[in-house]
Formats: sequence, C-alpha cells, structure tokens
Amino acid sequence: MADATKQAEQAGQAGAPGQREPILQVRNLVKHFPLTQGLLFKKQVGAVKAVDGISFDLYQGETLGIVGESGCGKSTVAKLLMTLETATSGEVFYKGQDITKLSGRALKAVRRNIQMVFQDPYTSLNPRMTVGDIIGEPFEIHPEVAPKGDRRKRVQELLDVVGLNPEYVNRYPHQFSGGQRQRIGIARGLALNPEIIICDEPVSALDVSVQAQVINLMERLQDEFNLSYLFIAHDLSIVRHISDRVGVMYLGKMAEIGTDTQIYDYPTHPYTQALLSAVPVPDPEAREGRERIILTGDVPSPANPPSGCRFRTRCWKAEDKCAEEMPLLAVPSLYEGEDTPAAHESACHFAEVKQVVGAA
Amino acid sequence: MTTTEKTEGAPGAAPQGGKKTGPLLEVRDLHVEFKTRDGVAKAVNGVSYSVDAGETLAVLGESGSGKSVTAQAIMGILDSPPGRVAGGEILFHGQDILKLPESERRKLRGPKMAMIFQDALSALNPVFSVGNQLGEMFRVHQGLSKKDAKAKAIELMDRVRIPAAKQRVGDYPHQFSGGMRQRIMIAMAMALEPDLIIADEPTTALDVTVQAQVMDLLAELQREYNMGLILITHDLGVVADVADKIAVMYAGRIVETAPVHELYKRPAHPYTRGLLDSIPRLDHKGQELYAIKGLPPNLLRIPTGCAFNPRCPKAQNVCREDIPALHPVTEQDGTELDGRGSACHFWKETIHG
Repeated sequence: MADATKQAEQAGQAGAPGQREPILQVRNLVKHFPLTQGLLFKKQVGAVKAVDGISFDLYQGETLGIVGESGCGKSTVAKLLMTLETATSGEVFYKGQDITKLSGRALKAVRRNIQMVFQDPYTSLNPRMTVGDIIGEPFEIHPEVAPKGDRRKRVQELLDVVGLNPEYVNRYPHQFSGGQRQRIGIARGLALNPEIIICDEPVSALDVSVQAQVINLMERLQDEFNLSYLFIAHDLSIVRHISDRVGVMYLGKMAEIGTDTQIYDYPTHPYTQALLSAVPVPDPEAREGRERIILTGDVPSPANPPSGCRFRTRCWKAEDKCAEEMPLLAVPSLYEGEDTPAAHESACHFAEVKQVVGAA
Repeated sequence: MTTTEKTEGAPGAAPQGGKKTGPLLEVRDLHVEFKTRDGVAKAVNGVSYSVDAGETLAVLGESGSGKSVTAQAIMGILDSPPGRVAGGEILFHGQDILKLPESERRKLRGPKMAMIFQDALSALNPVFSVGNQLGEMFRVHQGLSKKDAKAKAIELMDRVRIPAAKQRVGDYPHQFSGGMRQRIMIAMAMALEPDLIIADEPTTALDVTVQAQVMDLLAELQREYNMGLILITHDLGVVADVADKIAVMYAGRIVETAPVHELYKRPAHPYTRGLLDSIPRLDHKGQELYAIKGLPPNLLRIPTGCAFNPRCPKAQNVCREDIPALHPVTEQDGTELDGRGSACHFWKETIHG
C-alpha cells in the first residue's frame, strides 16, 4: 500500500505542470460489485472487479485523459470520484481530505466543486424541464452560489458562456440538436463554479463536425475558469488532443500513465502499443508505414480476471512470469534514472518502447 | 481455412469486371423522401454512384446525410410508408431493380446482395439461436434441411473465426461479445456468397482493437469472394484504411467523389476539407481544432442553392442561388482526374488555391 502511494507521487512529479499541488489524489481505489446467488438468502459468490486498485493525481488546470476499452472500469472511476458509488476500499483526497469517508453536509460541500458532464446528451437532460430549470437546478441544492433573484441572470450568463443564445432559457431539450444539448450539459456542470469537471465520453455521441466545436469550447472554458478535467474517452485521437497527461486502463487496472508524448510516442506497455496501432489514421499515406498489432480475442471478464498480469491472455510478449507475478505500475527498470520520455510508469514485466504511431 | 481459392482480386487495383458490361451496381439520380407530420423530408436528392466487383466504395457522411437511406433503397428495405423512392434508377448487373416486383427483389436479398448492420444486438433476433438464424438463409433460399443448414451454419462460423463453432452454434446472441456478434452478422451476410455487400457502420459500436479485427476479416472475405462492398461510415480513419474510392454525402447529395488517396491529399470541396481539419490526429498534437460552424441542415428545410452554404467559409451569392452540379475535377492544366468530382462552384479554388 505504502509504496503504491509513493509510486503515484512519482507519477505526479514526472508529469506535473510546474510545482503545483494535486487537487485530487486517488490512492488504491477499489470497487468490487458483488455477485450474489439465491433469492431470499443472498450469498456472495464472487465479485466483478470493476476497479481494482488504481492511483493517480489530478493537478489544477490540467486535463488527465483516461482511455481504455469498454468494460475496463473507466466510467466506474468517474462514478467513484463523484461519490455516486461507494468505494470498496482506497482513498480519494480532494485538497487533502478523503472524500470517500465524507457524508452529509461535508460531502455536499465537496460535491459542489466536482461536477460531471455525461456522455449521452439525449438522456442526461430531463425532457420535461426547460433549459433554464436544468441549468438552474444546481442552485436549488446550493443556494449560496446564486441568490434567488439572481438565478435567471446567472443561467443566461452560463448559456452565453457555452455559446448558446441566452434567450433560449424557456426552451425544452428536444428543441436542440445533439451538440447544443451537450453545451447545455456543460453549462449545468459549470453552474456551481466547480474546480474539477469529470467528463465521461462527452463527445462520443456527436457528429464529427460538431465534436470539434464542443472540444474547442471545453478547452476555452478550461483556460477561462482554470478547470481541471478528468477526460474519459475511448477515442484515442481526441484524448491526445485535449489531455496533458494520459492514463491507460485495462480490466480495472492502470496499465500505463504519463504525459501525452510519453504515452503516444513512447509507449512501453504492450496493451498501449496495440491500442494505438489499431486506431485508424485518417491518412491513407500514413497507413502504409504503420505496423498494426491486431490483438486476438476479447477482454476477459472482470469477474474472473487472469492471474498475474491481466493482459497476458492477449499479449504477444507473455511468459510464465506474467501468469505468476502481477506487474507493478512503476518506471521500467530498463529506463530507470534515465532522462528519456520512455521513463514513465508502466505495469509490465517486459516494458520496452515501441513506436507505433508515425512520428510527427 | 478449408474453402477453395477463388479469384484473388488485388485490393485497390482496378476492378477486373472486364467481361461484363457496366459496373456491378450503379445508382442513378436517386431521390428518396419521407412524409412526416411537418412536411416532406427529402433525405436523398439525386445520388449517383457505382461499385464494381472487388471494389470498396466508402460513403462518408454525418447523421442525416442520407447515406443509410440510400443503402436501404438499394436493398429494398426502406420503411415505406413513410419513405418513398421518388425517382431515379438502381441498376444491378445492368437491370433496374426498382422496377422489379417485391417477390423478385426478395430473391436478390441474400443470394445477390446482403447488408451488415451497425448494431448487431438489435439486428439479431434474441429468441433464436445464432445457428438457427444463420441456417435460415440456407433453408429459405436453398431449401436445405434443418440438419444440413446447421452444418452450413457451423462452417460459416468457422469462416469468420468464431472459436469452438460447433459448441456455440446453439448459443443465443446475448451469449456472444460485441465483436463476436458482429462476426455473426458478417457470416450471415456472406452466407450465400452475394456479389454485393453493404456494411452500414459495421464497427461503430466496437472497441478499436476489436474494430481492427472485424475490418480485417471483412477485407479478407471481400478479396476471397471478389465482392463489391459499400462501406457506410462517418469515420474518416476507417475509410482511409479500407476504401478504394469515396463518396462524401451532405444533406442527401454527393458533394465529392474521389479515389481514397486523392481525397485526403487534396480535397476539392470545402465540406470535405472542413471534416478533415476538424478531426484530432493520433500522430500529432495540434493546436485548436478547426470547427465547421453551425449544424447540419434540417431535411425539411434544406437551404436553397448549395446545401452547405450557411456553414461554408467560401460562400458567395451564387452559392445561395444555384445548386452546384457534381463538376468533374481537373488538374490546373485541364487534365482530367479519374473518378474525381466536386459539387462546389469554387472547386478550382478549393483544390488548387
């Protein structure tokens, strides 16, 4: 436990922009969903290990991207940070305070500062509420942010900030397009002046030409309000574009974490390499020189993950050691103490740089 | 692999249907409209494209551009009413299939042309085993017995590399993972070795690692059977990987056609250029993304003139008045560029400027 914390601190230093304090520190976070059998006398027969001990830091004003395939636990991480789910074990420190242990008024105060933008702009807005009510609802819960008389004005300001016409306050969500709805979702997230916004696949439901608009908006807002983003997505190109640091998750564990250059140009974990090589690049010229690593099979069930390294069942480097020993998330010994971009944390026994994305 | 070797059409090479006259499929000036409570939505407004045997045509467009509706019209599975083919021809092996009676078209679907849908979970019937659904193709179209059809189904599942096909033939769709379900969809489309396959966003719902597996499989089978493939997608990355030629659609029209390399190097339509500029790239970290302003048009009220004009940085008065035809695109010295066209009044400036 203790050395995991130390490792995570090192990770923070490696990628920390300047000497800033982390605003959010996640330590050995675990979430197991119990699998039960029997109707009346439920007995636990196992657990889905959705998140199985991950640690990372989030700094003020930075964007940390989390990537991984479906089922790797990235959305569960989002829910845990929002305290929408209770962690099985582990800590989440917000400004030094462990929010997993909070309840009542203290929790409410913390939640004001951590807001969320959801994936699907069609289901995350209540169809029976006007836009004004949707964006203004956070003020009902936290009346100290905007006094009653001010609210309408504040809502209109927020609409203006996200690039919507302030006169739309009385419209309903169905009168807006997908991109506009996502802007409404972002305005709602901004309403309480939070410090951290957790974005769970915020643009994956949008059309290509609209995605760019929303991403640009999010980057502008980050500069304007000094927000920290935890940006969860499966689209690796978008994550690279928006993130300062990137964490790659596989089956509830962090496989590799580092700055965007470290991860994309000097990946050391085989899973990251495979993931990157599989992304189609919109340039037929570039595809010719690229090596594609095509993984076989599917992600194993998180209820029954492989022993040792979780990726070993699909890994081309796997040896006996991988089945026996779980690799720790640490700077690979090959690069230890060296000043190369390859010296970032990677949870693989045989971590070695392999460039899979055409150098730019 | 147990199957016999068939003609190996080299991917990307010129189509080799030299003996037959005309392409495998040719769509000419197709119009499709939908009657809605608020008026008539013109989903497809004069689309023309063609596919040869062994060739991959990618149809690229955003939601509402009419790319899927065109495919449904080709397959004859348009929801009608409210949908209606309002004009145009669809020539398959030189024959206008729009004029055929429904019973004849039904005989085409399966043995001659087949479709792969985006969402395999909702395209497969949850109450029948996959073996049953795969075998249905053989029972209905070839009159095989249940036993023979099952054997064929197992063979097919082997072809698309589903592990332990024999044991899994009785499993139900929910028992398979997303990638495996998509393989079953592919197997079903391939079952009767059709000449044309239409794949509508076949990998959109899949993770990247699985997406690569499925696209590879599709390309391999296409080569083996020398099929024509229409790949409908919004993903410029996927297109770059597999297509021979591309048709870009916007508001029910084709705005640009080009061979794949050409399109990415030198787009000749402002919409295509905007799309290419607005996607973040994996291989370099850019500055701010270029964003096409505004939204795709409402199909009930398509702007006059060029449908893209309200969003176009180059729009002039002529763009608001005249609908641009699909001009053939030429080099600056006038040499024609094979297969290239752009429906923009200012294509010259866009490609050469």
